Formats: sequence, C-alpha cells, structure tokens
Amino acid sequence: MIKRKLEELFFKTLMILATIVVTGSFFLIVGTIFSKGIPYMNLDMITKTPGGGFYIGKEGGVLNAIIGSLYIAGGATVLGLMISIPVAIYINMYIDGKRFTSNIIRLAFDVLFGIPSIVYGAFGFLIMVYFGIRASLLGGIIAVTLLVIPILVRTLDEVIRTVPRELRDATLSLGATRWEMAKVVLRQIRPGIFTAILLSFGRGIGDVASVLFTAGFSDNIPTSLHEPAATLPLAIFFQLGSPVEEVQGRAYASALILTIVVLIITVLSQLLIKKFSKHKI
Amino acid sequence: MIQRIRFLKDKIISKLMLVFTLASVSLVFVIGIGLYYRSIPVLHKLSWFGLLTNSDWKPMKGLFGFYPFIMGTLWVTAISIIIALPLSVLTSLYLVEYAHTKIKRVLIPFVNLLSGIPPVIYGVWGVLFIVPLIQNHIAPHFVDFSTGYSVLAGGIVLAIMIFPLIVSILTEVLTTIPQELKDASLAVGATKWETIKKVIIRKASPGIIAATVLAVSRAFGETIAVLMVCGNNAVVPHSVFDPGYPLPALIANNYGEMMSIPLYDSALMFAALLLFIIILLFNIISRVILARLERKLTT
Repeated sequence: MIKRKLEELFFKTLMILATIVVTGSFFLIVGTIFSKGIPYMNLDMITKTPGGGFYIGKEGGVLNAIIGSLYIAGGATVLGLMISIPVAIYINMYIDGKRFTSNIIRLAFDVLFGIPSIVYGAFGFLIMVYFGIRASLLGGIIAVTLLVIPILVRTLDEVIRTVPRELRDATLSLGATRWEMAKVVLRQIRPGIFTAILLSFGRGIGDVASVLFTAGFSDNIPTSLHEPAATLPLAIFFQLGSPVEEVQGRAYASALILTIVVLIITVLSQLLIKKFSKHKI
Repeated sequence: MIQRIRFLKDKIISKLMLVFTLASVSLVFVIGIGLYYRSIPVLHKLSWFGLLTNSDWKPMKGLFGFYPFIMGTLWVTAISIIIALPLSVLTSLYLVEYAHTKIKRVLIPFVNLLSGIPPVIYGVWGVLFIVPLIQNHIAPHFVDFSTGYSVLAGGIVLAIMIFPLIVSILTEVLTTIPQELKDASLAVGATKWETIKKVIIRKASPGIIAATVLAVSRAFGETIAVLMVCGNNAVVPHSVFDPGYPLPALIANNYGEMMSIPLYDSALMFAALLLFIIILLFNIISRVILARLERKLTT
C-alpha cells in the first residue's frame, strides 16, 4: 500500500517538475532576451536606418528591417487571405456532402502546414528563377504567402465549423444560394478571420528560412516591389554573427523588438480565440 | 431574370473557389516535382545511393556526399525527442489529469506563447544561454574541450521548440478519453497514477506516437535556430558535444554561393527534396493516425 502511494507521489512530483520546466522555459527565453536586449535598446534602433559605419558599431538603427518585415508579413497575409477564404468556404459549403473529398483536402493542408519554411524558401526561389524575379520584396512576399496559406486555411476552416448548422440551413431554406449563405457565415466569423490574420502575421514576421533566399537584404527601406528588403529576423541573424561587440548588442536589441512584437500579436490572438469561443452560439 | 443572375453568380464563384482550392492543394505536388526537377542534374551524376551514403562534401570537385548532414540531422532530432517527449507527456498528463482548472488556465497560455516565439529568437537564446552552459558547466565533466556549439545545444533548443506542439496535441487527445474508463479504473481501487499507467497511456498511445512523429518532422526541418547553435561542421558527430551540420542549415548557409559552382544549386535543391519527402511521409502518417484516433474516441 505504502509502495503504491509512494509511486503516486513520485510520479506526481515528476509531472509537476516537467510542467515547471516546460512553462518555465518561456520565462527563461523571454527573460534572457530582455536582460540582454534592454541595455542596447534606444530610440535610434527603431527610428533610423543603418548609418555609414553601422556594421562596425557606428550610429543607426534597424528601421529598414522593421519596415521590411511589416511589408512582407502584411503583404503575405493579405495575399494569403485572398486565397484561403475562398478555399475555406469551398471546403465547408460547396463540397459539404462529400466527406472523403473534404478530408483529403484537409489532409493536404495539414501536410502543407508541416512543411518547413526552408523548403518554402527553396521552392519560392525556384519560382523566382523561373519567372526571372530577383531577390526582392515581391519574392519575399511570394515565399511567405506560400508559408501562411496553410495556417490561414486551417484556422478559417476550424472557425467556420463552429458556425451552427441551423444558421446555414435557415439561410438555405429561405432560398439563398450557397454563395449568399457563405456571405452570412463570413459575417458570423469576423473575429475568427481576425485571429487568422494575427496568427499568419505573427508567423510571417518571425520567419527567416523562407525569406533568406527570396527577399535579399538592404540597408534602405524598399520603395518598390522589385527592390530587395531587409527583414528583422535576418537582421538579427547577421548582426549576431558580427565580431564587433556593439553590433552584437544591436542583435540583442533587435531580438527584443521582435520578441515584443510577436508576444503582443500572440497575446491578442489568444484573447480573441477565447472571446470567440465564449460568444459561440 | 434576377434569379438567373443569382444562380449564375453562385456558379461562377463556385468554379473560382474550386480553382483556388485545387491550386493550393496541388502545391504539395508542385513543390515535390519542382524540387525533383531541379535535382535531376546531380542525381544524374551521382545516384540516390551515392548521394545518401557518401561522406565527401567537396562542391568544388563536384563531390556531394550528404551522409554527414543526414547524420547531423538525425543526432539533433534524436536528442531533441529524447528530451522533449518525456517532459511533454508528463506535462500534458499533469495539465489534464491533475491540475486544477485555475492552474490550467494560467499555464496553458504560456505553452501557447512559447509556440509563438520565432525560431531566430530561440537561436539567439541558444547562443546566449545554452551554448555557454554546455561549454562551461556540462561538457567539462565529460570531454576535454567543447566550444558549446554542438548537436547537444541544437537538440536542447529544438526540444523547447517542439514542447508546445507535443503538449497541445496530447492535451487534446487526453481530454477526449472517456471519463467512464477512468472512473471504472478508479472504482476498483486503482490510484490515479495506476489509472494513468494502465488505462490512459494505453488508450492515448496512438496519439503519443502521432505527436512524436509530427514533432520529429518539425525538428527535421527547423533551420535557423539549429544553424545558430550547432557548430556547422561537415563531419559525422561522434558524441553529443561534437558539432553537427543538419541538412536545413546546409541549405540556408550556402544559398549565396550556390549559383557560382556547377551542380551546387542542384545538390542543395536535392537536400530540400530530401527534407520534403521525409517530412511529407511523416506528416501523412501522423495525421492519419490522429484522424483515426479522433473517430474512434468520439464515436
């Protein structure tokens, strides 16, 4: 009897310890980034582009990379939405009866979701070579769009499935076409669309491997789609590789900026998901 | 007339949506075919077998042996799974079976936040925290010298990156296990742990396998975080303190020069193809297991 109780106690302690390690690693990571980044943080970092001797430790900031990342993540999210909203509607409302077909399509998006960003980067590069596009803002947006489409479709699909069947049936019974029903459903899931946007934006802004081949790097803020664009994660990566201490410090500060942006996005999307599941009819 | 326009509109939109759906689904095949097409030159010169088993990596001489990179990937992945799997299983069991709802509500958001952190931040953290830790505190007990940039560092960083993935799948699987099963076990006098050991784990084992397979495929493809802490030395690692050079890191590190050396770009695309095939298979396997499990437990 005592042995069984001891065993129970032992494993319960083990589980609590494991939980502390898993959740604690979040604090460890964010804590390290904050403590290393804050000393190097200043207003110049987010308001200036790299100056003359930036890469040997002189003045300047990473505004070029911040703007570049926003452009790429924003552009990819918009493009991605334009593709994934129709797809999500199609899976749920047009091939509703055929479960096998819709399950195969869902499987395909699950698989696409699992494909690593480096493969999307390499494939994006192939597309660019094929069409003769150089490393540019456009190339980066194409690669990241491919990356976020599965995220968007999966999220939207899940959200649409929470819309009650009765609502759809009621619309149809009034004589609406499927497209008119889709418009009603789209109105219902507006907060869900917003969640999908945040998730996709968060993923797009933080990813390196997909933009490495495709977006290039530049010290200037891109003014057209065909100019190369810097991205924040790539700026962090390059600066960290520098032997100059001052530049490495900037990598920490840039990492701090990226962490804060991504944390805000993640928290917002979590809150939205919670709110959405609460107001579900 | 209005009726007609409405039906026509529905039809046109439906066809458009079909095109979008087919186009994005066919991406799976297009990526595979595109990468294969670009790897043909190197496959032509050196066979599949040769590319996979040769350990000479000398692009200037036209020698492309992927063996060290495959081993690097396997080492890093294996270490990460060995660390992450037990910790994640225990965590999910605690969250689902023991934790009070209030504690759950506090802890689960942090697991989600962990999954939102970008890979490059994990990399920076690995360089700042894990690498010095290994160099100064762990490695000296086992080997004479290590820079800290090692497959172990890569494995630890990856393990933390795949925590949220395994935990989120497992908590979902565990919550779908019927309460009656647990009650039956508890009613005949089993302790909670005995119930977990003999009933829950057994019921959830397909889920655990599926989550592991998914985690393996995630670990396989992770690029930048691993690249930053792994040392990137193209030799087969012999201990956890040796540096390694995983496949994704190889692709990422050499994209700049790949156009200037013949066959180099083809070889790198072959590396991407290799990753794609392995990850595709692993993903399909785990998704099929999960879908079947869901059907079994919910009906």
